[in-house]
Amino acid sequence: MTNHLLFQDIDEPGLSTIEVYKRRGGYLMAEQALAMARDSIISSLKDSGLRGRGGAGFPTGLKASFIPQGKMDKFLVCNADESEPGTFKDRELMQKNPHSLIEGMIIAAYAVGANKAFIFIRGEYVQQAEILEKAIEEAKAAGYLGPDVMGRGVELDMWVHRGAGAYICGEETGLLDALEGRRGNPRLKPPFPANQGLYQGPTLINNVETLTAITYILKVGAEAYAAMGVEKSSGTKLISVSGNVKRPGNYEIEMGMTGRDIIYGLAGGIEDDREVLLWFPGGSSSPVLTKDDLDLPYDYDSLAGAKTMLGSGAIIVAHDGNSVVDIAVKTASFYKHESCGKCTPCREGTSWTTKMLKRIQSGEATPMDLDVISSVCEQIMGNCLCVLGDAMAMPVASMVTKFRPHFEAHIEQARAANEARLLAELDAPGNVLQGIAAD
Amino acid sequence: MTIRRDPLDPNERELVREGAPSPAGPRRAYMPELPDGADLTQEVVRFDGGSRVPGQHGATDLTKDPAGVPDPAQVEVPAALRAEIEDFMSRYPDSRSAAIPALAAAQRVHGWCSPQAVEQVACVMRLTPAYLTAVVGFYDMLEGTEVGRQTVYVCTNISCSLRGADDLLASLKGEIGDHPDVNIRGFECLGACDIAPMCSVNGTYVGPIDADEVPELARQIISAQDPLPGKQLVRRRVADVAANSDDVARASLDSGTLDPVSLDGGRSA
Ligand SMILES: Cc1cc2nc3c(=O)[nH]c(=O)nc-3n(C[C@H](O)[C@H](O)[C@H](O)COP(=O)(O)O)c2cc1C
Ligand code: SF4
Ligand code: FES
Repeated sequence: MTNHLLFQDIDEPGLSTIEVYKRRGGYLMAEQALAMARDSIISSLKDSGLRGRGGAGFPTGLKASFIPQGKMDKFLVCNADESEPGTFKDRELMQKNPHSLIEGMIIAAYAVGANKAFIFIRGEYVQQAEILEKAIEEAKAAGYLGPDVMGRGVELDMWVHRGAGAYICGEETGLLDALEGRRGNPRLKPPFPANQGLYQGPTLINNVETLTAITYILKVGAEAYAAMGVEKSSGTKLISVSGNVKRPGNYEIEMGMTGRDIIYGLAGGIEDDREVLLWFPGGSSSPVLTKDDLDLPYDYDSLAGAKTMLGSGAIIVAHDGNSVVDIAVKTASFYKHESCGKCTPCREGTSWTTKMLKRIQSGEATPMDLDVISSVCEQIMGNCLCVLGDAMAMPVASMVTKFRPHFEAHIEQARAANEARLLAELDAPGNVLQGIAAD
Repeated sequence: MTIRRDPLDPNERELVREGAPSPAGPRRAYMPELPDGADLTQEVVRFDGGSRVPGQHGATDLTKDPAGVPDPAQVEVPAALRAEIEDFMSRYPDSRSAAIPALAAAQRVHGWCSPQAVEQVACVMRLTPAYLTAVVGFYDMLEGTEVGRQTVYVCTNISCSLRGADDLLASLKGEIGDHPDVNIRGFECLGACDIAPMCSVNGTYVGPIDADEVPELARQIISAQDPLPGKQLVRRRVADVAANSDDVARASLDSGTLDPVSLDGGRSA
């Protein structure tokens, strides 16, 4: 079921300006929150059942409660890196409704006592960063940010920090290193950012959608939010549907809607009315599903039950006119390119998996290579510093397992085609090898 | 045919076999992508500087000492660039945080993160050039080699390639040709899979790009004009239900007037 909460005003012209945003009831929640006790905000986040929308799905209220109390420099970081292939929901929010993100950040910063906030946005989102910067200026001018927020004696400074193109900077500790001006290599956890994050200070990191949702949870109330969706996956989720569908785009749904309703209902079905070959339910890092899984409810637990994940909420659909081999090569090459190189299983594993898949693609492989790929993927999983390695191993292993006959057929076809080509070259007049071959 | 073991060693004996057929070539499956014009008859493929690994531009001169933090008296930094970097540095508790924005600013001035650009940033930020060069090497948008100033990223990730992105990249590259002002490259998911196949022209997202629009787009890129104004992302207003349909003129919830975005081509977004 669709339900417009974060998207309720999204198409209102000029919503990115503070004037229109306030006309639609903007910043009332921030004013209300700053009059509340910090604990009661965190407990209503817990009651709402909101889980992180950046990929891991960690309960947001719980994470906020990990931030130590007391007077010290604490930081709030908004993860707007959004580089997971297939994901473009944060872009829509930042571009059209930037003030609701800022408002959510004011509330979150107040709840944990952070006085400095950064929005780490991927460098490619030039226009969105400009819109956010303008919105922050407006909020500062209106007294919602600055040394004395709304005259309540709370300090909050907010800046947009632009990245420069690296998927790994979406990983929370890689992001912190990038924000500190280093190469974005992830850090060993623990310590978790809640204890030692940015500049070694306690840091709350949340996704754009998570922080925006906070504004709307206060608006509708924690109970009403918890009543949406299904148990343990409460509330609404923005989903980005792309690939071979008729109407790719961002949709807001209550969790628990089926994959079929999303793909055939909201997104209008498959291009040229073909069949689904496979779909990624949660970005390219999630193990793929097939057309037999279309009736799965779209929520955290049902997808985990099907050995995949909701991830960032990006559904990528491929129809049966595509080769699963090509999709596997694209997937693996992306992680190979983005691996930061810090740990061996990820750096070497993504690189060799890509080489093997390319060999399969060009017909230079045998079915045994499929077993090698599966075993390499198995050895990557759980053996890396961050989960980027797993993020390649999981979808690739799922493709090789679920579509093994496709891979084998491709290997044989491509090999036969290569052989035919070589024989034709040999037969060509004037080839000096002809005599040798005859012997 | 000539087989040489080490193309850089002048004393290396050349093995010449008259009239022999060309060998089948090295085993491609294990090789990195070959540079244009690579000599496939070489036993070992060499890249810049005799390296066996591609991308080792400008080999390090090991006889020199590493450069320290530049002396402000010796390095001339454009005033506007210095002001911009200092503004970035003032935003963070630790000024080192400004490294990426500062390098991006220097790249806007110099066209790429040239040794001179890196030195200027190093001078203002009080860091070593080596540190900053390492940062440049990590990020895709910071260019370590000289490139054209028109930056075009064509997304070739999964969603876009399901909708013809590889053809788009090839045809756009073909149409633009080897143009010194244009830096066109395939890129990972740009976060706009809803307008696939798409590309980013100096930060402006355009898509979905039809095959017959490619020549026009190429012309606009070369002449630094606004790329396909009708297809720019900021024009798309509809987030839901009628996603991907641009032609729904929406009335404001408040005033009932027509969406100004559709009237001014998205410029007010
Ligand atoms: C390789 C990798 C890439 C990630 N990319 C993103 C991203 O682009 N955006 C994001 O919000 N979270 C991303 N995450 C998840 C973050 O590490 C972190 O869990 C998230 O920002 C926490 O926010 P949340 O609790 O609001 O979801 C990524 C994680 C990994 C391992
Ligand atoms: S798993 Fe990969 S990306 Fe993550 S730290 Fe290790 S090498 Fe880097
Ligand atoms: S796959 Fe091209 S923008 Fe996401």
